[in-house]
Amino acid sequence: MRPLPRHLPVRLAASAALVLLAAVLAGCGSSAGAGNTLTLYSAQHQQMTNALAKAFERKTGATVRIRFGEDEGLANQIVQEGSASPADVLLSENTPPLELLAVKGLLAQVNGSTLAQVPARYDSPSGRWVGVAARETVLIYNPELISASQLPPSILDLAKPQWKGKLAIAPSEPDFVPIVSAIDKLDGRAVAERWLEGFASNAKRYDDNEGIVAAVEGGQVAAGVINHYYWYEQAAEVGAANVHSKLHYFAHKDPGALVNVSGAGAVKSSGSPMLAQRFLAFLVSREGQSTMTHSGDWEYPLVAGVAPPPGLRPFASLQPPDVGPADLGDGSQALTLMQQAGLL
Amino acid sequence: MEAAGISPSGRSWRGARARVRLRGKPTPLLLLGIATAVALLVLLPLGFLLDQALSIGWAQIERLLFRPFVGTLLVNTVLLVAVATTACVVLGVAVAWCVERTDLPGRRTWAVLAALPITVPAFVTSYSWVSITPSVQHFGGAAMIVTLAYYPLVYLPVAAVLRGLDPALEESARSLGMGPWRTFLRVTLPQTRLALLGGGLLVAVHLLSEFGAFAMLRFQTFTTAIYDEYRLSFDGPAASMLATVLVLLCLVLLLGELGLRGKARYARVDTGSPRPPGRAKLGRAKWPALAALGALVGLALGLPLVTLVYWVLRGGSTSFPVVSLLSAAGTSLELALGAALLTTLLALPVSILTIRYPSRIAGVLERAAYLPYALPGIVVALSLIVVSVHQLPALYGTTPLLLLAYAILALPLALVATRAALAQAPPVHEEIARSLGCGPLQALVRVTLPRIMPGLGAAAALVFLATITELTATLLLAPIGAQTLATQFWADASTRSFGAAAPYAGLMVAISAPPTYLLTRRLGAVTGARRRG
Repeated sequence: MRPLPRHLPVRLAASAALVLLAAVLAGCGSSAGAGNTLTLYSAQHQQMTNALAKAFERKTGATVRIRFGEDEGLANQIVQEGSASPADVLLSENTPPLELLAVKGLLAQVNGSTLAQVPARYDSPSGRWVGVAARETVLIYNPELISASQLPPSILDLAKPQWKGKLAIAPSEPDFVPIVSAIDKLDGRAVAERWLEGFASNAKRYDDNEGIVAAVEGGQVAAGVINHYYWYEQAAEVGAANVHSKLHYFAHKDPGALVNVSGAGAVKSSGSPMLAQRFLAFLVSREGQSTMTHSGDWEYPLVAGVAPPPGLRPFASLQPPDVGPADLGDGSQALTLMQQAGLL
Repeated sequence: MEAAGISPSGRSWRGARARVRLRGKPTPLLLLGIATAVALLVLLPLGFLLDQALSIGWAQIERLLFRPFVGTLLVNTVLLVAVATTACVVLGVAVAWCVERTDLPGRRTWAVLAALPITVPAFVTSYSWVSITPSVQHFGGAAMIVTLAYYPLVYLPVAAVLRGLDPALEESARSLGMGPWRTFLRVTLPQTRLALLGGGLLVAVHLLSEFGAFAMLRFQTFTTAIYDEYRLSFDGPAASMLATVLVLLCLVLLLGELGLRGKARYARVDTGSPRPPGRAKLGRAKWPALAALGALVGLALGLPLVTLVYWVLRGGSTSFPVVSLLSAAGTSLELALGAALLTTLLALPVSILTIRYPSRIAGVLERAAYLPYALPGIVVALSLIVVSVHQLPALYGTTPLLLLAYAILALPLALVATRAALAQAPPVHEEIARSLGCGPLQALVRVTLPRIMPGLGAAAALVFLATITELTATLLLAPIGAQTLATQFWADASTRSFGAAAPYAGLMVAISAPPTYLLTRRLGAVTGARRRG
């Protein structure tokens, strides 16, 4: 065996360090954003987000990178990332995550011309984000398991004992949080707590709205609280004639008739603020809105003159409660109430 | 299985010898330093949990820990782990005995078929059942499905031990008047004890951190609840508290296994004459045995594969997005290979330290590396995000950070394999090299490494398999826009687009098959040797 060079350990360590460095650099190189790249954090459905991103890329020549996630998760990720956040824009399904960022001063002011496209009640009270689309809270039910006459006028009735075991909910779905906030706001803390308690003991839990639709369709559970979106999506997938379930609408400004607003805001620390504002403007342009309604998305557009997807009830006929984004806040109160009720 | 044949006696003898020879030799500081750094890296997620707990104060901790939901999760998790692990152990032993120690017709084929379900990730098994009927979405269904997915982890090591067992012991027992059942229970079964406990522990720990399978089955455990918390709060303290309970459960399991293992030794002074063990005559019992094995393989392997093919062919939401499939497969392969390399490299110094320079510190460092094993990927990912965002922003959102997460999650697997390999490579060769003038590092590179290559390969393969199916850490840490087979499968399957999800799952199974095939030959030695010596 040859005598060994004394500095072998040093050389080995040095080459190991070089390999590591190269790996790090390779990683950075692939993820660093250029000036014409928009990084979008989206809690919206992939299909719709991708359609919007593609249309924006075609229109502007920019590149859109997307991180998918869910409302509060993504917003808190931006909070955690702070000024180092790679995100330029957050597109959410509900307003609480946007309010969370607005209150923490992490969102830039949206251009006035962009805000003007959408009725003021669907925009950020402080002009930090713009409303993009809306969904309606509904009760999906299976007529073979429960008749229409047994369905209640108010979502509050679903906490009554006769609903035990008949109800599906998805408490970890960000869509559920605003309903709790609305009841808390409209009927007070005591009512909200009692309602959650009854609701929790009545309900079977599912991961998400898709799970609820499948369970009601399949007859495993009689009814469930969802957004209208998911029923229409299912109907489109299997064909309207093959759908077993129906929708029941709460009315008369019941908290169960809550309209959820999906919105978008530009992150203040964004490296491309102009591009971010252009993207927001695109979202509420007629082109952006109709891209959305033609992407297999079943939400209501918020810009006047853009037709909603066929089959939806006219937006004007909805009777939502008087609960605005400011009332819903960042949703943290509702989360605490849900934890107390054992839902989380 | 040659390695298993040696292991009961050979390894402990060599281990003892190594200790004697190296006694008094000081542990190289460089090695100790590297091993300590690896252990600290791996403990980072635990530090993160501790930091979060300290920052919210006792009142908050109390509110978050002692709430009804945590009680539900505790009952769910403990019951499921207990039932499914027991079922895996019973099933694993029964199958191993049937194929190794009876005259079952076609037993060589059955031996391979019974091992194959290990190629199907648990969340794909769940997906296939759920896509057929939602009626499995309850405790019983969940317990059955994870048993079908995980029993090979017990079957493989136990079968390996049974195959290598010297029949002389059983024959002595029989000649002393024991009946066949008592011989099995009092002589044969105790011989498989280490393999059985090791496999059982592996199943239990996997179940603690399993996410995809339970999410698909709507069965809530700590891990699925942590994911829910992440959806609603990213890195909220509520999730950290749940993860802390999970770590405690894992500790209980590790200590429990240690206690159950006991002090009994099953080693023999020499390996004895290699003679194939006797086989029980099944007689008429072979028909029910065949039927049961057929049903098992059909449910655990046939059903998932048939379902995948069905969904691919059936159309509906099925599309065959070739570009997306290929790019996801490419990303998955790249990440899994990178993780396999990195993790094996990290495991090596720790193993060398514990095998060649055993000491109290070495023991502590190695045990520490097992602790994060029960942590769900999401907790590891969140801790890495928080640390890198604040301390190492250049690393945030990069592939190396994701590889680091994989390494933390899979290090125990690599440790088990590298340890077993090192323990079988006698230190005497290194010593000869040293006496001829080699430095410690050169002796390692030129003498030991070539010798333990197969073991390192097994370590890399184990990490590769764990990484290719990793879901939650990948979702959080993958560079923006990157998709793997697992994340694409999940995106489709969780929105019930079963058809669209199927091709991704199929590719995942196909990619997992070759390393699994190689491993089934070694896994017996690997898991059986887990924490021995």
